[in-house]
Amino acid sequence: MKKFDKERVLLAVAGPVIALAVAFVLSAIVLIASGKSPVEPFALMFEQLSFSDIQVLIINQASMYYIAALAVAIGFRMNLFNIGVDGQYQLGAMMAAIVGAHMNLPAALQIPLLLLTAVLTGAFWSGIAGVLKVTRGVSEVVATIMLNAIATSVIAYLWLPDVFGVKVGNNNTTGEMYESGWIPGIPMGAAGEIYGLVLLAVLLGIGYWVVLNRTRFGFDLRASGASQTAAAASGVDPKRMVLSAMLISGGIAGLAGLPILLGDTHTYSLNFPTGIGFLGIGIALLGRNSPVGIAFAALLWAWLDKASPELDFHGYDKEIAVIMQGLIVLSVVVSYEAVREWGLRRQQRRVGAELAAGHVLGAQNTKEVAGR
Amino acid sequence: MTAVELAGITKRFPGVVANHDIHLSVRKGTVHALVGENGAGKSTLMKILYGMQKPDEGTIAVDGQQVAFSSPADAIARGIGMVHQHFMLADNLTVLENVVLGSEKLYGIGAKARRKIKELSERYGLDVRPDLLVEELGVAARQRVEILKVLYRGATTLILDEPTAVLVPQEVDALFANLRELKSEGLSVIFISHKLGEVLSVADEITVIRRGTTVGTAVPSETTPRQLAEMMVGSELPTPETAESTVTDRPVISVDKLHLAAPGGKALLDDISFTIHAGEVLGIAGVEGNGQTELVDALIGLRTADSGTIRLADEEITAWPTRRRREQGIGYIPEDRHRHGLLLEAPLWENRILGHVTEKPLAKGVWLDPKAAQEDTRRIVEAYDVRTPGIDVTAASLSGGNQQKLIVGREMSHKPRFLIAAHPTRGVDVGAQAAIWDHIREARREGLAVLLISADLDELIGLSDTLRVIYNGKLVADADPATITPEELGSAMTGAVTGHLAHDETAEETPETPAKAPEPSESPEDEAR
Repeated sequence: MKKFDKERVLLAVAGPVIALAVAFVLSAIVLIASGKSPVEPFALMFEQLSFSDIQVLIINQASMYYIAALAVAIGFRMNLFNIGVDGQYQLGAMMAAIVGAHMNLPAALQIPLLLLTAVLTGAFWSGIAGVLKVTRGVSEVVATIMLNAIATSVIAYLWLPDVFGVKVGNNNTTGEMYESGWIPGIPMGAAGEIYGLVLLAVLLGIGYWVVLNRTRFGFDLRASGASQTAAAASGVDPKRMVLSAMLISGGIAGLAGLPILLGDTHTYSLNFPTGIGFLGIGIALLGRNSPVGIAFAALLWAWLDKASPELDFHGYDKEIAVIMQGLIVLSVVVSYEAVREWGLRRQQRRVGAELAAGHVLGAQNTKEVAGR
Repeated sequence: MTAVELAGITKRFPGVVANHDIHLSVRKGTVHALVGENGAGKSTLMKILYGMQKPDEGTIAVDGQQVAFSSPADAIARGIGMVHQHFMLADNLTVLENVVLGSEKLYGIGAKARRKIKELSERYGLDVRPDLLVEELGVAARQRVEILKVLYRGATTLILDEPTAVLVPQEVDALFANLRELKSEGLSVIFISHKLGEVLSVADEITVIRRGTTVGTAVPSETTPRQLAEMMVGSELPTPETAESTVTDRPVISVDKLHLAAPGGKALLDDISFTIHAGEVLGIAGVEGNGQTELVDALIGLRTADSGTIRLADEEITAWPTRRRREQGIGYIPEDRHRHGLLLEAPLWENRILGHVTEKPLAKGVWLDPKAAQEDTRRIVEAYDVRTPGIDVTAASLSGGNQQKLIVGREMSHKPRFLIAAHPTRGVDVGAQAAIWDHIREARREGLAVLLISADLDELIGLSDTLRVIYNGKLVADADPATITPEELGSAMTGAVTGHLAHDETAEETPETPAKAPEPSESPEDEAR
């Protein structure tokens, strides 16, 4: 059956490759239309890849994208659209920053405490949407969008000086965290440091795969995503599954801001990166909800982010990278659906072909027995 | 005068010949039946005729003129129309809107279109009312709308793909009356079916396809169902063994005064009580939509009854969730395997796990055991003759019959005490049908209790030890399968007769169906082989 395995790999790769190719071509057309060289910007951006400091930046950025995209992907795997990852990770990071600035335990306790704070905050925030969906039938899409807006206000409130805020010049911060909560980076010499929590991202990716593919819970979750009706008939409690998936998604989302918080900024301020949750949606799509695919997609996104500022120095607009990201998402949606249908039809035909040629599983075995 | 003539049609897919040298000639004003097992190549042939596939060799002639279709639109333009097995209607639109949808240019969307629909409806006796919402229509009425849709587009040759699969006997008779109306007006009908009795009663000519090629034609008046089945399968059929009763007095499932109401208050299940003993098959006959789905849902735990109790052996299970019921030995062959029985885009071995994820050998504690699941899938594939090149292919790539065999194998693998079998052989070819019946009979001998729900009355009568009729959510009648005929059962299904149905030897046969009235011996065993 190696044939069908190879086929699956081919199908898995075909979608993103087609999407990327289309996106590159369309971006080139945009460049030509604006009267510029369609090739040089890409050459410049590829060149950036060879610099070690850019590489470190890309990896650090990608780790946060990766965690956010995993959070989105968990939802996608059971047809839940958690748009609220953005609010969940910002609140999670802020709560961790506040706890880290007001409690000072030994590092061995402090760091797990901060991680747990972020997870619980994220899960609490997404759990609201989950409970609303399960008890009142509110679409999780609407609820999580609203919760994003509310999260922004909650953050603004927590930043008030008489709540948890500390003004540093014009900047709102949550105050410096105690050093016991800092996570040392992996030194890369002159290129800088890779965040320690990049390892957490890797572990989460492995955990995601194991839970989904090797546990009963993961099977129920995937079954619910593939066919709600079949899952219910197989004994999955749909409400419980929705709530669990929402909580897990939010819990992971809560962690998405921590690599930079514990590895670099050590405070939650106005400069803290925003929008990672939304980018995570595109990255999860491009990565086809697979832990490996998402890793590549996160790196690609981070590369476009970190290599594009160079374009400004050569008379190009760095926004071409944003256009490209948008085009990738668009072409991904189209090409995946096309490839999926094509793959299904192709497999149906091939199964028909194999059967007509007499390659039936049972028959093969009896032949072998007879041969002995 | 031939309406459609296919000559020497060959269609190859990479590595496989789906159609080989097919000849089919449909005369004007006739019903021409196309029969063959699932996978014999009927669908490919019809797709070629309907312009969805191009033949590699051979010619198509319509009204004596050679044509080449590159899309269904070309076929429609030449007067060929298709009524698909699964209706393609928008529920929330009216009949009129559904009919004109996509053909607005023909007669507009207003009064002219309505007049045309009424005219067609009257001319062919279709009884279609243009202003009803499709969601208010029953299955048979929807089918007539589909037929009208095709006629509206000017079809003179209609392809009907398994049109009777969803109908009860009375509705089948009505459909056949419509078809006779069509052919008397000079239209031609190509009728695809598994049900040999029906084919013999309605067709003027029959073409049999086996393994992608035409193996012969038959004239109904000179052919028996058995001869036809032998032509289809290509060998002489074994004679059926007589089934002896295996019913014991040990109750396995007892349902007492089950009541379930729709949100509006209408009773979907009303005072349902029955007991099935070990080794007993209880057959439920009824027109679709009379509470069968709700009954199955209540038994498997997808819906909670408003009142009443369900007991499995000596335990009350009324409040148990679905998973616990399945773990405790309730097997489930769902009515709609695509919606409730399979993950179509998942490989076969994952489908093996579906519904039994907590059970051995598929799981150890909270962990799945993919190796064991794969191994057990291989065992099922061999034991139940699931035709597949491997267990890594998606469920969607198997034919309906093979999907169903996988489901039956899966449910039987956990040694159920009670099996819910809803339409276990719907859309399944003759060979697989017989195999599925055999598996059910065998499990029954070992003490399995079965609730059988089926629209195939021969199947119900042939397989059941006890028969009940469901009508409007109530069990209104019971019958002895040893003596009852499909016609008597059919009239009880319309609510006309209640109580115990005794076979009336003096009853006259209904005039429309003298040719196909099956003798008592024509049980599923016969039909199958």
